[in-house]
Amino acid sequence: MKILVTVKLVPDTTAEKRIDPSTKRLVRTGVETVLNPFDEYAIEAALQLKEKAGGDTTVTIVTLAPESGKEIVRKALAMGADDALMISDPAAEGSDVWGTAYALAQAIKKNGFDLVIAGTQSTDSTTGELPGALAEYLGVPGVTYVRKLDLDGTALKAERETDTGYAKVSTDLPALVSVTKSINEPRYPSLKGIMGAKKKTIAVQTLADAGVDKPIGSDAARTEVTNLETPPARGKGQIFEAADAVAGATKIVEFLRERKLV
Amino acid sequence: MTENGVGLEPTSDQRVLRDAVRELCGSFDGTYWRALDEKRAYPDAFVKALTDAGYLAALIPEEYGGSGLGIAEASIVLEEINRSGGNSAACHAQMYIMGTLLRHGSDAQKQRYLPAIARGELRLQAFAVTEPTAGSDTTKISTTAVRRGDVYVVNGQKVWTSRVQHSDLMLLLARTSAPDADPKKKTFGLSTFLVDLRSAPSGALDVRPIRTMMNHETNEVFIRDLEVPAENLIGEEGHGFRYILDGMNAERILIAAECVGDGRFFIDRSVKYVNERVVFDRAIGQNQGVQFPIARAHAALEGADVLRRQAAALFDAGRPCGFEANTAKLLASEAAWQAGNAALDAHGGYGFAEEYDIERVFRETRLYITAPIANNLILSFIGQHVLGMPRSF
Repeated sequence: MKILVTVKLVPDTTAEKRIDPSTKRLVRTGVETVLNPFDEYAIEAALQLKEKAGGDTTVTIVTLAPESGKEIVRKALAMGADDALMISDPAAEGSDVWGTAYALAQAIKKNGFDLVIAGTQSTDSTTGELPGALAEYLGVPGVTYVRKLDLDGTALKAERETDTGYAKVSTDLPALVSVTKSINEPRYPSLKGIMGAKKKTIAVQTLADAGVDKPIGSDAARTEVTNLETPPARGKGQIFEAADAVAGATKIVEFLRERKLV
Repeated sequence: MTENGVGLEPTSDQRVLRDAVRELCGSFDGTYWRALDEKRAYPDAFVKALTDAGYLAALIPEEYGGSGLGIAEASIVLEEINRSGGNSAACHAQMYIMGTLLRHGSDAQKQRYLPAIARGELRLQAFAVTEPTAGSDTTKISTTAVRRGDVYVVNGQKVWTSRVQHSDLMLLLARTSAPDADPKKKTFGLSTFLVDLRSAPSGALDVRPIRTMMNHETNEVFIRDLEVPAENLIGEEGHGFRYILDGMNAERILIAAECVGDGRFFIDRSVKYVNERVVFDRAIGQNQGVQFPIARAHAALEGADVLRRQAAALFDAGRPCGFEANTAKLLASEAAWQAGNAALDAHGGYGFAEEYDIERVFRETRLYITAPIANNLILSFIGQHVLGMPRSF
């Protein structure tokens, strides 16, 4: 079974984010690049499936990123993935969700797959749209926001998180799932994993190598960022003072009733 | 020595290792270490995470299930633990005590123990050498091991035996012949044994914890008629002193790295604090009286670190490094202490408050000036053996 995990390289999540007003894009220079933390859950989910399935199951990391990110991709290999495919091409720079999903889909189809696992979103642009778009271009069922995942042969069973609870979903492979943070606790790369990752293959392909037959990148983007604004600061809350807890609670309930909130 | 750095700069592999250890340590923050400190408890969860990730088996050759890395890499692991505000003392010995077994043990001993040590199933992190009446004059130890058929019968008393309550095996140095057995060689007559603590009958080993100023498990060990199988003798009888001496340089380098880690912890915390703390309408870091002690400690620390990396490079190349390893420990322990004092001054009263972690690491880092060897003994070594001045003792 071939499991592919899509990952993104993002600016260090603890660093302050700055937007370049001329390009309306995130400033990535001078900030350390890391593996998108959400994707670590996807890698862990893939590794657990591989450990359970055994046999000839492989886990391949797929990313659209500059070649300079190779060492970060190696971290995913250190966690235990078998190999990686990097689509690195200056022409991909500035791709929107459509361009990225299309390019990844072409590369994944060319590589062959049974299951694609993605994180729910990235910590930089945070659109959360990629898994859905990717499933569409791959032409397979897309099961998003998965908190529990089981595989029995080619029968996939999942629990999808919803606003009010969860939904049980089942489908057959090939398929795509995106996983949430509640699905597992990603492992640390072990020392042996780190050492072994040096010997694993990271194939680097251009867009043409990967079978991407349409232009992507900023010029071909189908969406445009027209304006960016910092969210307004939250207004001051209202503080109720009261002699004791009961009096305080009463005041709060009155306040909520006036606004017909309770 | 380096792939893409200049001189002693870390290689890209070492940077990857550093980042990975840093990430692991990031899950064990000040709250974790403070709670242990308060209860004087052993960091079980942290040691398990390190063991599971394979870091404590870094120095064990690959053929025995370890990673076969050098002291340079092992020292990075310990530096990062301390730099995160943690303390390596709970587990650093699991990394290096096995060195005596690896270098001088028989094939059968190595096959029997090293793979299990590499997997973390066997903990060999206690080393019973020091005795109350001998101190640093190790050749004067009086614990005896007398051969009786297939066993050695051990009697005596050890002190400052750390982690014995969290070990399965203990390395023991004991006297197997009278102190004057070879008048020309006063180091003759000591032997090294691997003691299986799990099978020691109650009464043969009496472990009494010593409460110290920081959270560190150390003990007095009273040994009465403890039978150690003769097959657990390491190397040749009578030559044990040499076997433990040649592990010392590795230990010194690792300890120097821990000191560097402590020092960087203090400096990182101090710089952050003095840049943020505003008094008299400006950040206190703007005052040179605050800035200079931190800058000076940083300078001392970086200097010590260069020597530590030089010592590690020499050690890993199989070259003599007694001066470099010992001096790195001397300078790094002093620089860490200097940084600790600078951090306390910079934080003012808050430095003494537990929740800032400064006072805890300050207590912990003080030990390195005294142990595993007192800095004055390193000065004696430099004076007498490196510079050729007369012997003091």
